[in-house]
Amino acid sequence: MADNKIGIYLCEGCGIADAINMDELEQTVANEFGVVTCKRHAAFCSDEGRAVIEKDVKDGEANKVVVAACSHRVMTDRFNFEGAVTVRANLREQVAWTQPAGEEDTQMFAADNVRMGIAQARNSENPEGHENVVKSEKLLVVGGGIAGLTAALDAAKTGREVTLVEKTDQLGGWTRKWSKLIPSRPPYRGLVDNNIEDVIKAVEENDRITVLTNALVTKTSGEPGEFSVTISHGGSDTEDVFGAIVVATGWRMPDDMTPYEKYGLGKIDGVMSGVDFEEVLKNGVEKDGKKLETIAIVIPCESEQMPYTSGVADRIAIKQAIQVMDANPSAMVYVLHDNLRAHGQAEELYREAQDKGVVFMKAMVKSAEAGPTLTTDDLLLGQEVKLTGLDAVVVMTGMMPNSTNPDLPKADKGNEFLCDDVNPRVPITVNGEEAGDGDAAKAEASGDEEGAGVAPADCDPENPPLPGGPLLNLQYRQGPHIPILYNGFIDSHYICFPYETRRTGIYVCGAVRKPMTTTEAKEDAAGAVLKGVQAINLVKESRATHPRTGDLSYPNFGLDICTKCRRCTVECPFGAIDENEEGYPQLNPSRCRRCGTCMGACPVRTISFKNYSPNMITEMIEAVEQPDPFDEKPRIMVFACENDAYPALDMAGINRREINKYMRFIPVRCLGSVTLVWVSNALEKGFDGVMLMGCKSGDDYQCHFVKGSAIAKERIGKVEETLKNLMLEPERVSFEEVSIADSKRVVELLDKFGEEIEGIGLNPFKGF
Amino acid sequence: MAQDGPHSQTIAVIGGGIAGVTAALEAAETGYDVILIEKEPALGGRVTRLNRYFPKFCHPTCGLEINYQRIKKNPRLKVLTMHEVVAVEGEKGNYVIRAKKLPRYVNEKCTACGECGKVCETEIDDPYNYGLGKVKAARLPHEHAFPMRYVIDAAVKGTDDEGRISEACKYGAVDFSEEEEEVELNAGAIIWATGWRPYDASKLETYSYTHSADIINNVEMERLANHDGPTGGKVVRPSNGEPAKKVALIQCAGSRDVNHLPYCSMICCLASLKHAAYVLEQYEDAEVHMYYIDIRAHDKMQTFYERIKVDPRIKFIKSKPAEIHVGEDGRPIVKGERTIDRELYEEPYDLVVLATGMEPEAKGISASGDVVMDEDGFVLAVESEDGGQFSCGVAAGPFDVALSTTSGTAAALKAIQAVGAR
Repeated sequence: MADNKIGIYLCEGCGIADAINMDELEQTVANEFGVVTCKRHAAFCSDEGRAVIEKDVKDGEANKVVVAACSHRVMTDRFNFEGAVTVRANLREQVAWTQPAGEEDTQMFAADNVRMGIAQARNSENPEGHENVVKSEKLLVVGGGIAGLTAALDAAKTGREVTLVEKTDQLGGWTRKWSKLIPSRPPYRGLVDNNIEDVIKAVEENDRITVLTNALVTKTSGEPGEFSVTISHGGSDTEDVFGAIVVATGWRMPDDMTPYEKYGLGKIDGVMSGVDFEEVLKNGVEKDGKKLETIAIVIPCESEQMPYTSGVADRIAIKQAIQVMDANPSAMVYVLHDNLRAHGQAEELYREAQDKGVVFMKAMVKSAEAGPTLTTDDLLLGQEVKLTGLDAVVVMTGMMPNSTNPDLPKADKGNEFLCDDVNPRVPITVNGEEAGDGDAAKAEASGDEEGAGVAPADCDPENPPLPGGPLLNLQYRQGPHIPILYNGFIDSHYICFPYETRRTGIYVCGAVRKPMTTTEAKEDAAGAVLKGVQAINLVKESRATHPRTGDLSYPNFGLDICTKCRRCTVECPFGAIDENEEGYPQLNPSRCRRCGTCMGACPVRTISFKNYSPNMITEMIEAVEQPDPFDEKPRIMVFACENDAYPALDMAGINRREINKYMRFIPVRCLGSVTLVWVSNALEKGFDGVMLMGCKSGDDYQCHFVKGSAIAKERIGKVEETLKNLMLEPERVSFEEVSIADSKRVVELLDKFGEEIEGIGLNPFKGF
Repeated sequence: MAQDGPHSQTIAVIGGGIAGVTAALEAAETGYDVILIEKEPALGGRVTRLNRYFPKFCHPTCGLEINYQRIKKNPRLKVLTMHEVVAVEGEKGNYVIRAKKLPRYVNEKCTACGECGKVCETEIDDPYNYGLGKVKAARLPHEHAFPMRYVIDAAVKGTDDEGRISEACKYGAVDFSEEEEEVELNAGAIIWATGWRPYDASKLETYSYTHSADIINNVEMERLANHDGPTGGKVVRPSNGEPAKKVALIQCAGSRDVNHLPYCSMICCLASLKHAAYVLEQYEDAEVHMYYIDIRAHDKMQTFYERIKVDPRIKFIKSKPAEIHVGEDGRPIVKGERTIDRELYEEPYDLVVLATGMEPEAKGISASGDVVMDEDGFVLAVESEDGGQFSCGVAAGPFDVALSTTSGTAAALKAIQAVGAR
């Protein structure tokens, strides 16, 4: 590492010089260790201002640049100097815009922010990227239904080689059973021919696609760019290497069909599922040589329906009703529904069905008798209506996502990993023992017998782990499964970033991601392919994938002092770290999302990034000047998530809201990267309080790294002991979940905490 | 593809809402050069104006922040704001996009210091808040605006503000000589992500939208509930600022109606359930009535519906109200017949929220070649192997946010396939 030659660039624009005495500030920071030059400018973001910094870098005068100006969230491209490390010290949003001008405390705030910037610069190097080997740019598509077939074709069209693995003996999946499809183009009325055979043919004839039927993925190891996959096919195992994986394993009928017995399904002749009715429709609406003319199609009411199947069943029911009428205009079709979910353009299909004479009844089925006959409660007529003389009753059953392979035995160690382990109440365990200290938590953890030796079964009791074995059988320390959300679908951020899973390089499409129709699954496949191709391209450049896309930094593990405690491997939200034979952590850099959760987990502080490390933060904490105890000026350290909490603080500044003057802020990549050592460091150094500000945890978590704030919350639960050892009050440490829209609330939270700390009194360590 | 002329591998995305931002980023992060064209002064479109997303009740700016961070770090993605696309011509590999570059009167030297806003006296109806409330003509579009740059409304032209504002700016960023100009942009593939606007509720003549400030539409409700909206997040009666405790949510205001929008707009039921939650959260003694035809909680939204439904303070009334009028005390009155028990009702409310549907915004842009606009104004790629134009988000159909982001990602792949491997 070259010597630190730190240049400080104090910007005077945007009201900074009005709020802060710049002469005094320059004197305070210019002689800090490592600082070689300190310059001022009316606006460093201007071309002239930028040129000043550029010249210093070019002349070799400075190799580290501390721009003390606006927040790092703005002017990102302006303040980027080739050949130098650039660090931003926030004097604008955080000081000039939130503190009263000209006051002593404002001056101290500014000086501390610059000093923290210097400490950050001193401990930062520009990352160069991990040496990655992309052994293959091929895509593996798992599942040969409509989503998988379309994904294979889409990938081939981008020039990629594809292997398509299907567990049954033929391609096409459920779609082969469908008679007609729902239209996706105007006028949205006419049903579409099922061209599945053409799609299968196109796949089979495509030179870039290798199709393996009767095949099963039995093992997957490695990482994006070099997934090593064992495929069992034709009685033998073959191994192949892939760049990325698209999972399109689709759905299955509900494991439990008993809720549908109420409609006579499986009990009464003439009652069949919507799936079986497709065969009848293909056959000219005939069954066993008999024309079916009077038909009731039942869409089970919400509470009886499979969860999350809503909408698909409704639209299929309408489609089937139209098909019956098309085949025989004098037929009678009743569609029984509660809320009819013909959303979007399916409204037109609903209209088509009505035009054709389909009778829609808002009615609840009370019972089914032989005949078949349905006794219903017609909500619009307000009376009981009996449907007799029916030729058939069709029951729209639900769709279960194939997030596991039901044909495989349950993985002994692993099904517990399926559920989203974001519940902070559940302690993290390693080999059956809790990773941290604290007996109470240990006792709580031991309730899980089956899960002994693995991470806890952290599931909602109402959503137990799914049966069956893992889809890809990942040879990951964190378990063989692709984690699911509480609703059973493989997912992580289904609104904003719907293709992101928690296993890098593995993307999901079709009905295993979300309930959808054939037509929708076709569209859905393209997105997953894009993500796969993108992951390979990023890995080629040693860059991170979402959400820190393009980041070159990666965690280094100093194994010389590693105690093999395994916290980093267990806590990694993305399954990026394995353990080698000796039990030391082993990073798979292309799986890593660079959140720093491992760094926060490490009790001996031996995990670090080139530009983000325990030392860096510790020195930043120490860089804050602790006022003389007689001045009665508390100092509170706030570790703020840079994705939500920190922007909210910036927005408080943009709105010129006054922030408590005793606070000092350090942005962190994710709250999961915060180690308790920093908290005790801060208190030992004389800080009077510490606050952790992260995102919402729990089922509807908002953490971009899935469980950072959940982990931080759990860690902070253990801080009491540390505080006891330091003879400090537990109230000195606070954890807050905030959202990015809390630009008002953060100010109130900080004031409240400031008052509480003032109430407790100054830290007795201050001054020592 | 044309035989001669430059073949471009650049992908142009028209519209910087959630679908367009997603499409642009996904393509750029795969290694392609992308131009993102937005007509407003900042990105984020409709979603940045929403308070929360269903079903997670999370804030749209949370995901947008990540997206903006991604944009800031990606040199392959170029963002053009205040560019309104007028026409698209040409074919795959050689498209010409003609756009109006609208005057911002603020150039890239702007630091967002805010001095122009301080001296500006002219106020305009706040476009960020759909005209609910006023804002200075020289303003940051909103606290989370990206790019973080001021914009000045033409209303100050010719007033004393013009001189004051020019003088206040220390960075040479104000430029009143800017005029609307025609620009041409070239691209090899195009993604339409032009989004939507709320259906004009004044066309629903019996619903008195224009007759009472207390009859609002659903996007306005989002602004009322938002911490940086006109009321600081308090759901109150716009007419007098009193708490809006008794609230009617009217579904299918325009949608599912052949005289207005024939399709179901997909999001309104869920948005209204969310609006119910806003009111229930703010007032202990709230009373919310949701008038509906069907509650369309599609795919994973069923649990969301059930979560809201259990609150005894919300009532679901199956009925399409016949009429809304303003009562003598100024409160809006909803009138109609309940579908189930055939009872007539005439019920006064503090606030009536019309769940207006989504109308595609692409109407008016001249499209040619491999893209077609259907009767409703949705943009659809023609089914052809040679096409280079694609659509995503509500430009393509009545979608929710999750479908907009998935279709944005899918459109990025189609565009990449069209311009060829690199």
